[in-house]
Amino acid sequence: MKQTSWMQIWAQALPDMIGGLRISLTLTAVVLVIGIPCGLVLSLGSGSRAKALRWLCYAIVEIGRGTPALVTLYIIYYGFPDIGLKLSSFVSAVVGLVITTAAYSCEYIRSGLRSVPHSQIEAGEALALPRTDIYRRIVIPQGMRIAVPALMSYSIQLFQMTSLTYNITLRELTSVSYSLGMKTFQYLAVFVLAGLIYAAISGVCSALVKLLEQRLSLTK
Amino acid sequence: MNIVVPVLMGLPLTVLLTAAAFAVGFVLAVPLSLMSTSRNALLRLLSQLIIWLERGVPPLVWLMILYFGVRVGAVRLSSMQAAILGLSVVSMGYLSEILRSGFMAIPAGQYEATRALGLGYWTSYSRVIFPQAIKLMVPSFTTYFIGLMKDSSLASSIGVAEMVFQASKVARRSQVGITPFLVAAVFYIAVSIPIAIVTRRMEGAMREAK
Repeated sequence: MKQTSWMQIWAQALPDMIGGLRISLTLTAVVLVIGIPCGLVLSLGSGSRAKALRWLCYAIVEIGRGTPALVTLYIIYYGFPDIGLKLSSFVSAVVGLVITTAAYSCEYIRSGLRSVPHSQIEAGEALALPRTDIYRRIVIPQGMRIAVPALMSYSIQLFQMTSLTYNITLRELTSVSYSLGMKTFQYLAVFVLAGLIYAAISGVCSALVKLLEQRLSLTK
Repeated sequence: MNIVVPVLMGLPLTVLLTAAAFAVGFVLAVPLSLMSTSRNALLRLLSQLIIWLERGVPPLVWLMILYFGVRVGAVRLSSMQAAILGLSVVSMGYLSEILRSGFMAIPAGQYEATRALGLGYWTSYSRVIFPQAIKLMVPSFTTYFIGLMKDSSLASSIGVAEMVFQASKVARRSQVGITPFLVAAVFYIAVSIPIAIVTRRMEGAMREAK
């Protein structure tokens, strides 16, 4: 058997894996851009005075958080065609992860909004601002700022969660690594490289989050 | 009925896998948390490296490294062994964080008291600190247990016949994709709700006890 060093395997595998990584990162970004506004809407809805709307939002959040992301992806990719909705693997991945992201970010945003002092709302009411303006201009901007660190930590988790889309045949980093492993039989070397790529990006990002958290707390 | 029952057949393995991974992860987490609070800088650095790796690498990639990658001679891990090991590596870091914050929540006076009484390191942790800290940690542990149970669905990717694996099998056989997975989703939620309720009760009871 010809012995090839890990370095050689890595050098050969890297270009393909960078391609996969690009899809993982794109997916993460698209899901965040759609999912966090959905989470904001859910958190506003779950604080609504209308009981039906409140319970609907609670139900969406609990189902979104209680169902494993993998199952959500399977329902959308393998299940939706049964009800006449055939989505590509990328679109399925976006939809599935948006549901999970909306549910989780709703919780972070809700606790952010709740930590805006109540006197701020009272001040708005004293100034006779309409309720929508109180939320749009006072509560949401301050509450979102409080939620930012938690949302950023979640984004790192989401980046890792994109590896699940390997199961619905999306050609992201994990899936590309698996094919390379099958082709070369060097599973260990390839997956270790994939793991290191994930860990490096997550590590850098969480260091940035920590830095940001310190900056945010200093300005207070 | 021929959908619900086959999916339900996977539930015991889901619970077993979660419990086993949690147990192994807990055993690994204890030394890790002690390392991360150690006075030795080298040990602290090592614990940070371990936590970085097991948090930075997605759980699915851990499972693949262990299942496809690791072989000692001709021996490979079975899918269940790889899943238990992989998920316990993943849970180890989270559990050690819970342990660490529990240890730190114990008033410094307790630590000083153990030293004043001349108790050894092992005795002071096992008889004084740990029994107090574990009470604070229980709610976080149960929350994490539910999270880990959801992560255990990943084991279907390496062929462990747990709930999602069974649901996929039914979906393939019956050519109906949506119902088996919806049934699986319902079971996950159904199992996690009682655990969540018990946790909330315990939290409430502890707050009253304070």
